[in-house]
Amino acid sequence: MENNVIIDLKNIAVTFEDEPVLKGINLYIRDGEFVTLLGPSGCGKTTTLRIIAGFLEPNSGDVIFEDKNINGVPPHKRQVNTIFQRYALFPHLNVYENVAFGLRLKKFTEKEIKQTVEEMLTLVNLKGFNKRKIDSLSGGQQQRVAIARALAAKPRVLLLDEPLGALDLKLRKDMQAELKNIQQRLGITFIYVTHDQEEALSMSDTVVVMDGGKIQQIGTPIDIYNEPKNAFVADFIGESNILDGIMRSDYSVEFSGHVFECLDKGFGKDESVDVVVRPEDVDVVSAEQGAISGTVTSVTFKGVHFEIIVDINGFKWMIQSTDQQFVGDKIGILIDPDAIHIMKKSDYSGTFGDYSSFSDEIEQMSNISEGD
Amino acid sequence: MKRNTSLAARLSSSPYIVWMIIFIIFPLAVVAYYAFTDASGNFTLYNISILSRYTDTFLRSIWFGAIATLICLIISYPLAYIISQITENKQRTIIMLVMLPMWMNFLLRTYSWMLILEDTGIINSWLVKAGLEPFRMINTSSAVILGMVYNYLPYMILPLYSIMSRMDKSVIEAAKDLGGNNATVIKKVVFPLSMPGVISGVTMVFVPSVSTFYISQKLGGGKFTLIGDVIEMQFQTSYNYNLGAAISLVLMVLILGCLFFMNKFADDEEGGILV
Repeated sequence: MENNVIIDLKNIAVTFEDEPVLKGINLYIRDGEFVTLLGPSGCGKTTTLRIIAGFLEPNSGDVIFEDKNINGVPPHKRQVNTIFQRYALFPHLNVYENVAFGLRLKKFTEKEIKQTVEEMLTLVNLKGFNKRKIDSLSGGQQQRVAIARALAAKPRVLLLDEPLGALDLKLRKDMQAELKNIQQRLGITFIYVTHDQEEALSMSDTVVVMDGGKIQQIGTPIDIYNEPKNAFVADFIGESNILDGIMRSDYSVEFSGHVFECLDKGFGKDESVDVVVRPEDVDVVSAEQGAISGTVTSVTFKGVHFEIIVDINGFKWMIQSTDQQFVGDKIGILIDPDAIHIMKKSDYSGTFGDYSSFSDEIEQMSNISEGD
Repeated sequence: MKRNTSLAARLSSSPYIVWMIIFIIFPLAVVAYYAFTDASGNFTLYNISILSRYTDTFLRSIWFGAIATLICLIISYPLAYIISQITENKQRTIIMLVMLPMWMNFLLRTYSWMLILEDTGIINSWLVKAGLEPFRMINTSSAVILGMVYNYLPYMILPLYSIMSRMDKSVIEAAKDLGGNNATVIKKVVFPLSMPGVISGVTMVFVPSVSTFYISQKLGGGKFTLIGDVIEMQFQTSYNYNLGAAISLVLMVLILGCLFFMNKFADDEEGGILV
């Protein structure tokens, strides 16, 4: 293993009241890396973070920090700091004292404390807020104080538990950029927990997709998006049409009653597979020109593109196109070989990827109920 | 703009004023009236002027009350903290158990302590059986304070527990995360944040302890007359309502003074978060 690994989780399992929450997590994190744990509510991402912070002891498995096993080491003796979901600032202390809290415990001199606090408040653009009370700050400002407070302690690793979840969209975007910027400037390791796939893709060096207490896939944002390992990942990250297919031979796959050329190989002959086609990779043509064709059942204008649902042989495809179509139109589609991604069958096969019951509302509801 | 501002309309629109007049202002006025009149109803300062003869009793009451309050606080604080940390089901059970003695009659509880503490009471007979010397517990100042602590303990535990259980757990975790061990976290975060609970607990124990009666008669053997007993005596035996009312009034002022002092003290300590 490379020696710049800072945190190594080995076979971590956690059970809450007979309910397995983590089932054998293996994950190593390199020094200076921006790692995101991404998954739906209850997937175990926050639990993983709490194990690294030391708030929770795994039932089995080892937590290694720089080659030392830190199982059983209490949180205050770990070189990691956390930014909590609801900031968890000290309401009885002002901004200055909040940021200085960790430094005072570490017995820094008054002069050093003052210097560090000023430095941190400048870093998060809160210069001059020293004497302000916490409850007089906006959500975004409180978030900045929380960041300054955690960074003032000079941690080797910063843990962020859905830190932007409570902010509105515009502020969230700004803070994403700012956090990424801070991480690059200070060069410390960030472990970031979120259920927002866009946030994960745009900020991380490495994305860890989790579900059901297991890691589904680890990879760069581009890998995760382009080469999802199973139907869960393909569906969770972005929009996907996931179809049952059969590998006829290397570079040739049959789905939706048509044999398509693809770039994947190494599957058995006539092996059943899941085929992923991203909605933006589908070319819309006339019904006669298309490799396969069907009827438009719904069109939604999204600003950048139209979101078109097409029924092809009973499977509802989602297509994103800049050309407008109308409900009832017969259209054909073409798919380039590099737009087709083949996955082995998994437990998730058949549970995702058909847009027949698609609704924006359902998706939003599942986002609101986040927060494990 | 014409508005209906007749007295009846204003009273009916704010029922709490009526409530306050009936149950707080009026009784206080009656107490004040008795305190400043003699038996035939003429104005006099005599009742107030002779209170100096009860100085010892006043001081003893405040002293006993303060000790009982302090002991209650020392017992309740860690207990409330521990209760607030366990699972919710267990919390409910333990809070039930804490409140259980309150459902038993106050006199009965005090009588039971007599039986336990008496020279030939439960504790001493066990000691004798174990071959040890019995010792005096009843009719001591400790017994009186014990009675106060026992009777008023729940009033300290409940407000403390209530504020601690509502405390944001992640704030405590944040303090640990930033390098605080358990002791530091309690000192620097839990305690300051629990101050409102401490204040209300102290108030709820100190006020009734200072003005309590009966406990010292039964557990102190009449040797430690407290101001509550004197007031009771004025109304029940001497039928001197005027003196009783005067003592009550002064006691009230003293208690308010103590609480004001304490609030002020807590305010300074915590940088004025308690309003």
